Amino acid sequence: MSFPMIPELLGQLLKKPATNPFPAPQLPPTITGYLKAVGEGKATMNPPVPVPPNMRGKMVYNRGTCIGCSLCIKVCPARAIELVPQTKKVRIFVSQCINCGQCTEVCPKNCLNLSDEFLIADTDRYSDKLVLG
Amino acid sequence: MKTLEIKKTAPYTTQIGPAHPALKEPVMFTFELEGERIRKADFAPGKAHRGIEWMGLRRNCVQIVYLAERICGICGITHSLSFCRAIEQVAQIQVSNRAHYIRTIVGELERIHSHLLWAGVAAHELGFDSAFYLAWRVRENVMDLLEYLTGNRVHYAIIQIGGVRRDITPDMVPKIEESLKFFEGVYGKLASIFLDDTTIQMRCRDCGVLTPEEALKLCPVGPTARASGVRKDVRVDHPYAAYADLELQPVTPDQLTGEIRGDVYDRIIVRLLEVKQSIGIIRQCLAQMPDGPILAVPKMALLLAQLKKAEGEAVGRHEAPRGEVMHYVRMGKQESPVAWKVKASSYSNYMSWVPMLEGEQVADIPIIVASIDPCISCTDRVTIVGDQGAQVWTKEELHRLSVEKTRQLQLG
Repeated sequence: MSFPMIPELLGQLLKKPATNPFPAPQLPPTITGYLKAVGEGKATMNPPVPVPPNMRGKMVYNRGTCIGCSLCIKVCPARAIELVPQTKKVRIFVSQCINCGQCTEVCPKNCLNLSDEFLIADTDRYSDKLVLG
Repeated sequence: MKTLEIKKTAPYTTQIGPAHPALKEPVMFTFELEGERIRKADFAPGKAHRGIEWMGLRRNCVQIVYLAERICGICGITHSLSFCRAIEQVAQIQVSNRAHYIRTIVGELERIHSHLLWAGVAAHELGFDSAFYLAWRVRENVMDLLEYLTGNRVHYAIIQIGGVRRDITPDMVPKIEESLKFFEGVYGKLASIFLDDTTIQMRCRDCGVLTPEEALKLCPVGPTARASGVRKDVRVDHPYAAYADLELQPVTPDQLTGEIRGDVYDRIIVRLLEVKQSIGIIRQCLAQMPDGPILAVPKMALLLAQLKKAEGEAVGRHEAPRGEVMHYVRMGKQESPVAWKVKASSYSNYMSWVPMLEGEQVADIPIIVASIDPCISCTDRVTIVGDQGAQVWTKEELHRLSVEKTRQLQLG
């Protein structure tokens, strides 16, 4: 009988867990209560694993420099960008965005960029945070 | 779908599948059972047609690259690379050598991650959860490296028609090297845990056998074919990207054990050896990588205009972790393709389930179904129809049966 996993398992007893306990080491009684306490500064949050450079995070839109050329709309695979004809600017629906970053490369004015923000969950897909422009 | 016959005597008919919310490609199995033995196996795929090709025909080719990527949740590069290779042939776009090498490196990193994922799933199906956790913990390293190189953990969005979107700069090389060293170190441990372990040998040796003759007849692809001794590998047979410059041979289990049995254990061997092979391929790529541009047509507007004028048809192929993937594209002087057909590797492997499953026990269904790495977890719902009426077996119950068999073998 051969069980090469046993020494590995015994060694594991002395090691820390491989996962990062984010946002808290133990499940808090209420998540919303915990997040509120973090916001008020009463509790501390275990930080997430640092993101690598050039990670594809949430979109950033610089409305001022946008010229409304619609090139980003043409290449967006998720159809997450629409043109607002009155203002000749675009509107980006982050909840629909797949973070491929194709629009950031095609933009002639560099007004679209990917940030390293990744905690973008929301209960309303049309909230101010998730609709840019 | 076959209608179930309600019989009061053996053989009974059992169904697995067809649908579960988590499944990508639900499949329905129908088994004729005599006691615990499977006498006949049949399956009916095609339960989740998502219409991706239809969506593609309403988008331009630059958009389709990212859509194609989302055909599979594990192979992020497979479909986008095959699609781009087809489009590049139609539009006669010459990809630079550097882009070929970067494509190869990302493709091989993806193979490492996919095979480790499979090793974990296979261990879980046997009830060997500690090996499952180990394989998936080790896999995090390659996921982090892919995120570092491409910006995403799963859908890398690095392939573009005419090349790649992100370069591998010299400052990235030490991190790749560090990760390759890590995998070389961990390979011995994984090979010992998966190949020397008595439990895995008991469950996988001579279980789910696909003989070389049947493999030739049913045309499986990838590790499923190679484990049965059919030496076919698109990377060797029809080299693409940088594979023509590299030294590699199709991996068969006899390279380790000296014999080919075509069972589940041989499929484990092939996948583990391929992890080692991929490390070597990435090393060769890093050593030989030439300088040059990474995109043939860097301006997207120009590329779209060029693709709009393209006319013709082509087939793009790629050796995915599960086997050959094929994309057929026809362009007709318009923005979107006139036709786009995708053949994923699991499609070719499905038919080999039938000879593998026949003659085996019910408790072996999870590991045999998982052994071809089918991208689906169809062991979800089983309905046994007997004289007691219908009874539903959940995934958990089937899994418990599998764990129990392992335990019995260990005691017995």
